Amino acid sequence: MRRLRVFGSLVKDSLDIITHGSKKYHLWMASLTLVMLIGMYCYSIQLEQGLSATGMTDRVSWGLYISNFTFLVGVAAAAVMLVMPTYVLKDIDFKQAVLIGEGIAVAALVMCLAFVIADMGGPSVLWHMIPGIGVFNFPNSMLTWDVLVLNGYLFLNVTIPFYILFRHYQGKKSKSSVYVPGALLSVFWAVAIHLVTAFLYQGLQARPFWNNALLGPRFLASAFAAGPALIILVLAIIRTYTAFKIKDKTLKKIAMVVTVAAQINLIMLASELFKEFYAPTHHSESAYYLFFGLEGKTALLPWIWTAIGLNVLATVILTFHKLRNNFRVLFFACLILFVAIWIEKGFGLIIPGFIPGPYGKIAEYTPTGIEIGVTLGIWALGAFIFTILAKTAIKIETGVLRYKGK
Amino acid sequence: MSDNKKKWFSLDLGNKRKETTACGCGNAEGTCNSKQNTFGEERHKDGFDQVFDVQMGRRTAFKKLTAGLMIGAGAISTSCSLVAGDETKEKAQIDWEEQFKGNYKLMTDDEKKATIDRLTRSYQLRTGKTINMSAKNAEENVLFGYAFNISKCQGYMDCVNACVEENNQDRKSQMQYIRIHEMKDGKGFNFNEADDNYYHEVPAEGHFYMGTQCFHCDNPPCVEVCPVEATWREDDGLVVIDYDWCVGCRYCMAACPYDGRRFNWSKPEVPENEVNKNQHYLGNRLRKKGVMEKCTFCVQRSRAGKNPACVEACPTGARIFGNLLDPNSTIRWVLENKKVFRLKEDLGTEPKFWYFMD
Repeated sequence: MRRLRVFGSLVKDSLDIITHGSKKYHLWMASLTLVMLIGMYCYSIQLEQGLSATGMTDRVSWGLYISNFTFLVGVAAAAVMLVMPTYVLKDIDFKQAVLIGEGIAVAALVMCLAFVIADMGGPSVLWHMIPGIGVFNFPNSMLTWDVLVLNGYLFLNVTIPFYILFRHYQGKKSKSSVYVPGALLSVFWAVAIHLVTAFLYQGLQARPFWNNALLGPRFLASAFAAGPALIILVLAIIRTYTAFKIKDKTLKKIAMVVTVAAQINLIMLASELFKEFYAPTHHSESAYYLFFGLEGKTALLPWIWTAIGLNVLATVILTFHKLRNNFRVLFFACLILFVAIWIEKGFGLIIPGFIPGPYGKIAEYTPTGIEIGVTLGIWALGAFIFTILAKTAIKIETGVLRYKGK
Repeated sequence: MSDNKKKWFSLDLGNKRKETTACGCGNAEGTCNSKQNTFGEERHKDGFDQVFDVQMGRRTAFKKLTAGLMIGAGAISTSCSLVAGDETKEKAQIDWEEQFKGNYKLMTDDEKKATIDRLTRSYQLRTGKTINMSAKNAEENVLFGYAFNISKCQGYMDCVNACVEENNQDRKSQMQYIRIHEMKDGKGFNFNEADDNYYHEVPAEGHFYMGTQCFHCDNPPCVEVCPVEATWREDDGLVVIDYDWCVGCRYCMAACPYDGRRFNWSKPEVPENEVNKNQHYLGNRLRKKGVMEKCTFCVQRSRAGKNPACVEACPTGARIFGNLLDPNSTIRWVLENKKVFRLKEDLGTEPKFWYFMD
């Protein structure tokens, strides 16, 4: 009973907090709301017309939605790079950052689920997919695995921070015996969500571009580069605009994680390029399309070369201690790395899987305005959710928000 | 998944006699009960029963709660409306039951009949016309196969047109299950340089033609990946889709190595006077937007003992269809006497679609 009362008070207090703030904060939330509304309007058009409102066709049947979904699974998985050191290895330098990391994971997962639903032809019969009510093709379909691991990871990343914040809200210490098992589980789970998502593509013998043993490991490497890079950027913003103190040491440690992951990612890229281009086979055509274009069709060329350029530049910057330890340079490197991996692990991975088609047909894909609108709306949704979570968490952690009951 | 059934058909008919009978035990009459076990007890259940009547005690509360909600909401949506006439109410009732029916694959024959009746009645209510929809199941000792004579095909595309008309495909997006690839002589089977969208007089000088469609693989990758089992392989080898169960994720499309699947990106449109009213639930009944569809070897015809529309329409006799388990069928004669091959055999999908030359 008492717990319920505390919970009620927490909800009330956090509602109070998220609806009050500086002018900048209100502007930020208002613009996110606007983008979300535009996204919803675009989605309503898509519901009305069907998926023909998007640029997808029978030739390229997955596009921007699934690309963003794939990328965001990586971002969600990256929270583990902070969870493990903090809860398991007891590294206090990460302690401040970990709640933020988990907030990002929650927002990223909500976006993942939103992207999958946006991509569905029949969202009204989505209940067919709910285990127990519908027919769940487990374990045959990797998509059912993905549904399980994503929702499980979402559950872990909601409950662990909630427990800690709930204790802190009451002015109590959180018991490590309660959250460490969960944190430990989430470490393995994070690897699982990303590997399973890679298997989704990797297991298709029909698409040689994806049917490649390196896909899973490379997903992990790029995820552990892009995710923590985003966390660094978010922490930098939080540090500037709130009373939440994040030590330089924390940022530097996360930067180290980003650096190693980015280097491994580049090595794997080199390995992939070598395999595709040293002795090109019929199966290298998708890679040719991606990097050089096929039969004059070159829609992805500017994107992928931008991505590679940014990727290499960011990795070089991060590799040198002097550059990495200069925060301005570090933030710049993190930003370009994030963008580079978004391109490379997003549509740089999904679209070439369909081009050329099973019989060599080269039909290109360009997203429509509706599609881009929905995509932006979902990103705004993620930012909105993250802002709410982070704002409450920061107020509790800085001791401003406390249970005043009794 | 039953283990006692050979999963796919093998070309070497002589050595695999045992497996090629309809039942894995070798008894053609189905005396071994293996067939009944295929889908377990779910066979007898439909809709929410498929879920809620399964023996699982913990779900009892959930069952009652949700079922109660459904009935309540259904009752409200249909009977509480004062302005709606009887027909509107009936329509709403049908729509409601259709929305929450189960997976066709798991339905009993009675439940199949019930949904067929609902669909026919619904069509009647909406258009005033009667359609004839079948739910005929696979027959025993039947395994459909297809052979394509590359020497004979001249690229007339009569098969494509017949297919579109027979199967009520969307006219607006010009959906076609069959693609005819025009290839240059002397280049071999070079699909990359082939043209599957030609608009000139055929046969074009120096070219030959090759048709592709769903190959009804015996080990279909599309079936494995479907998250809701909305697509499956029937006992007579047809790979079919329950259009009402499909959620439209298009994973099967990504998994198909043969470009055999099509998606309804918009609401499919067929002019009322062109609708083929002789339909099958798993075949050419009218589709809705946001679901997959594909060639079913014209299940509405093939299970009625007729050839698919493409075979019948072909003016050159390049297309041969028949029962692979019938030793006297033409298709068996082709497989035993011609040098046949299949596309992308290295993928292990075991298509039941062979190519040959004279």
